Amino acid sequence: MKGLGELERSVMEVLWARPDAATARDVSRALADDRDLAHTTVMTVLDRLAKKGFLQRERDGRAWRYHPVASKEDYVAELMLGALDLTGDRDAALAHFARSVSGDEAELLRQVLAELEPPG
Amino acid sequence: MIGAALLMLIAAGTLPAAHWLSGARWTWRAPRTAILLWQALGLAWGVASIGALLAVGLLPYRSGIAGGLADLVTGGGAGLNLFDGVALAAGLGLGAFLLTLLLYAVHGVGSARRRHRAVLALVARDSGVRGTVVLDHPAAAAYCVPGVRSAKVVVSAGTLELLDQAELAAVLAHERAHVRERHDLVLLPFTSLPRIGLVARCLDAVELLIEMRADDRARLHRSPRELATALLRFAAARPAAAPSGALSAGGGQVLLRVRRLLEPVPPRAYSQVGTVVVAGIIAIVPLLLYVLPR
Repeated sequence: MKGLGELERSVMEVLWARPDAATARDVSRALADDRDLAHTTVMTVLDRLAKKGFLQRERDGRAWRYHPVASKEDYVAELMLGALDLTGDRDAALAHFARSVSGDEAELLRQVLAELEPPG
Repeated sequence: MIGAALLMLIAAGTLPAAHWLSGARWTWRAPRTAILLWQALGLAWGVASIGALLAVGLLPYRSGIAGGLADLVTGGGAGLNLFDGVALAAGLGLGAFLLTLLLYAVHGVGSARRRHRAVLALVARDSGVRGTVVLDHPAAAAYCVPGVRSAKVVVSAGTLELLDQAELAAVLAHERAHVRERHDLVLLPFTSLPRIGLVARCLDAVELLIEMRADDRARLHRSPRELATALLRFAAARPAAAPSGALSAGGGQVLLRVRRLLEPVPPRAYSQVGTVVVAGIIAIVPLLLYVLPR
């Protein structure tokens, strides 16, 4: 069996692909094609993701229906915002390869690059 | 008396020393030893500032800091006047304050990283290279999320698009150097202080040294030229910086690093040894003064 992290990822993929909220049963069914999973495992993973704040859940009769708090693109954008230094605060959480530069500086860097590179 | 005077002198002396070191260029020749010197200087500033206040407050006991604190505990503060008490409280307070700032920074960085890692686990895809993942975003970004066993190097799809194979390998080598040498831990004490005035100057200098050190390590395995063109291409392709004063140094730093990669000036062995010795003295002397009996 794959790790819990891998499973969380697959579950999120299923939920991101759906237009509406889904129950543990729905997720189990969607995942059944690729793998043999115990229903309780899916419920555990959904519960973990909800606790981590990635899923919201609401009662639907006797079951819970889960839906993602944000889209995958939102999360990628969140990480990139920090990575691109656009949040304005440079913290020690990440180390960047190069910091953002101003438009004039970028032009200068391009000139230096052009000088370095052999023509053609 | 001697201990108190020396600690005051050291505490006061670290400030102009930091100012001078933040403007020094010779440090770029051997970033690793320079980083060591910065760490020693930071430690000396904290230890000597706290120690100077404690030593002044404990002067009536005439037995130094360690002895004075023992006398304070056994004697219950008898023989100290108001001024001594205030100095003593200020010393203990400063120590507690700096420690709290550090713990707060550790906590803040830790929870930001946990969150970052949790999101990465859900949205980043495997790159095929161990410890490296890809974010599907068109902008150029490459960074590392430090950690003990869970460290990750992250590159965006935009970076893969922008750089050729050799340049990408150079960037990854640079990021892995940050991870291996735990540069985040070097920065942590400095970032725990508010980024203003002299602290901001020092932090800028230490950050540049850390980038240069990672460049040096990447250069062990990759050609410096590949790293230099990657750096230029990368920095030029990034979106313009947020209109914040703190970010303005980016372009200048890139050019400094590029020049250093293409025209390296090897460090002199004696100056490196000298720097390490000085760093050791700076770090140890204030601590020794705590146990000086006078």
